[in-house]
Amino acid sequence: MHKRQIKIAVLSGKGGTGKTFVSVNLSACAASAIYLDCDVEEPNGHLFLKPESVSQKPVCTLLPVFDELKCVGCRKCVDFCRFNALAFIGKAPQVFSDVCHSCGGCALICPCGAVTEKPREIGHLECGSHKNVSVITGLLNVGEASGVPVIQAVLQEGSAQTKDFVVIDCPPGIACTVMESIEHADYCVLVAEPTAFGVHNFEMVYELVQLLKKPCGVVINKASAEHTVLDDLCRKEHIPVLCKIPYSEKTALAGAMGQLVSESDKDMHRIFSELLNRIQKEVVQ
Amino acid sequence: MKIAIPVDEKKLDSSVCVSFGRAPYFLFYTTETKESYYLDNSAVASQGGAGIRAAQVIADHGTKALLTPRCGENAEEVLRKSEVLIYKSIAGTAQENISAFLSDQLGLLNDFHKGFHGHA
Amino acid sequence: MKQLLILSGKGGTGKTTTAAAFIAFSNAQAFADCDVDAPNLHLVTQMEVEPQKSSYFGSQKASIDAKKCVGCEICVTHCRFHAIQKNGIACEVNALSCEGCGVCTAVCPHQAVRMEDDIAGDLMLYQGTTTFSTAKLKMGRGNSGKLVTEVKQAMASSVQGAELAIIDGSPGIGCPVIASISGVDMVLVVAEPSLSGISDMKRILKTCSIFATKAVVCVNKYDTCVENTAEIESFCKEKDIPFLGKVPYDSHVSKAINEGKSIATVESPAQAALKDVYNKVIRLLEL
Repeated sequence: MHKRQIKIAVLSGKGGTGKTFVSVNLSACAASAIYLDCDVEEPNGHLFLKPESVSQKPVCTLLPVFDELKCVGCRKCVDFCRFNALAFIGKAPQVFSDVCHSCGGCALICPCGAVTEKPREIGHLECGSHKNVSVITGLLNVGEASGVPVIQAVLQEGSAQTKDFVVIDCPPGIACTVMESIEHADYCVLVAEPTAFGVHNFEMVYELVQLLKKPCGVVINKASAEHTVLDDLCRKEHIPVLCKIPYSEKTALAGAMGQLVSESDKDMHRIFSELLNRIQKEVVQ
Repeated sequence: MKIAIPVDEKKLDSSVCVSFGRAPYFLFYTTETKESYYLDNSAVASQGGAGIRAAQVIADHGTKALLTPRCGENAEEVLRKSEVLIYKSIAGTAQENISAFLSDQLGLLNDFHKGFHGHA
Repeated sequence: MKQLLILSGKGGTGKTTTAAAFIAFSNAQAFADCDVDAPNLHLVTQMEVEPQKSSYFGSQKASIDAKKCVGCEICVTHCRFHAIQKNGIACEVNALSCEGCGVCTAVCPHQAVRMEDDIAGDLMLYQGTTTFSTAKLKMGRGNSGKLVTEVKQAMASSVQGAELAIIDGSPGIGCPVIASISGVDMVLVVAEPSLSGISDMKRILKTCSIFATKAVVCVNKYDTCVENTAEIESFCKEKDIPFLGKVPYDSHVSKAINEGKSIATVESPAQAALKDVYNKVIRLLEL
């Protein structure tokens, strides 16, 4: 029977709840998986998976180039640019790359064919592997404003491979970078912590996932018996709680040291294998 | 010569605006004739690149000197290439700055902050 | 008025907890929550007044008039952000993906596309005995750097005579973080002693230096890994970045947060350590 590839996005409203912890361990437990690190501002999965045979690929956006000889100084491009990325100086317009959105508008609007586009590097991909896991990490260059093009490059690189599972480690929050990361996911795993901040931000990310009509389930991380607000909320909203990972100093320390607990700890391996099976069942339904 | 100052209000005794790119108005003053006029800053509502657009406007009006408390790198590049000198303004009104400029009391602005992608 | 911004690079290190503590210690007259994607500061600060709300307009978004659209899809071909799709006979713009570049309005042969104002978030300003400015970005919106700027401006323009403003930042190193750094007097980086935390801390420190802003560091939950804490301390020494102290993992903290209180009001090891870091920050800010 042909196995359909399952794309799992792992996200959380709040940072630090354990997205990467869940993502890397889920990937490591699968027989074949691709781990995509879409948290391109602060990618961390590679610290745990420690991929080998790493190759690099630049990620570029396009920047307009103005031909002084062809330019007649009509300034249609400068007036058109809604990002104020162009200024007319001397004989031709000049572009400010940190503000340019690479929309191609100036090239389109120029009546004299004076505008062409050239690539500009804004980040890069690192592609390697850890045992059966293909590891693709996106890195946005420090100082660049938007990680969206790097996320798109990560997802595209991942789509070139056929493995059973794709695990997408998303950025925190609910902004456009998160949306871009989960756009083609089959299932969303919401990692939440049962604290006042955790619950508040969980509600936000659940709203986003519903808006995009994605099926989802919850992993309660750093769980403790006392705080049941999250369980109550999930029950009320009929959101499946896929598993609860209790808080433990041992796990926290292992994580701090960059250890893949699903490989070093039998109990953790069981928890993550069961989680993977549970997700598979939810998707097939 | 024509000088320009980012101002909070459309009058000579207005305070100088703390931001260049997002100043609500620009004052243009011609030193020989003592004539002045004001322009609404169209860059104020921009998502980004406010300094670039503001600098373009300043340059297009034939300004020779801009008096401002601060200025970003991108705006500085536009102004420099358009041969507009940038002076560091002093605390006080636009009029006080004009007088200080005319009596050679103002120095050139030396440090230009990195573009905040137009968010400052 | 001096502005202190609290950042971390990594999420979940304790920015908001630290900000809330500092606000209490300093009796700060002005504070702001610039984590517009996931604001939390209001959960641990009790404001006695209702906020003034205002809409935040992000970039304009394209909108297609279905009556004029003939479905030729020229706009779809030219949109670099994959924001337009044919839906039935006419094309439709996905406001969440639209970046507001205006290319579709330029290429449409039937003038069926217009640019319209889009409410991308809500700003809230509390003005009681203290001024608290915060905001919430709408789902999937980008450009939250501009919203961050408006949060700070709302605080700065409504406060009079305050000595110190405390700003709770957001995780990451991109646009909204860069916007929050603008114009502040100092950034306090709250670091976590884990490999991820160290990696992220280095990237946020590099961001601060690119924007020429003074940064200082403290470690939160330091005893979850003392080796990594030592590594952070020696990194700071090597780079000449003031290392202001270590705060222990303390169960009093989550208890306080869950009760909607700041740890500043609870006598505990974390409170004492935070107070110590706070005093050093105040000395450095020359207040």
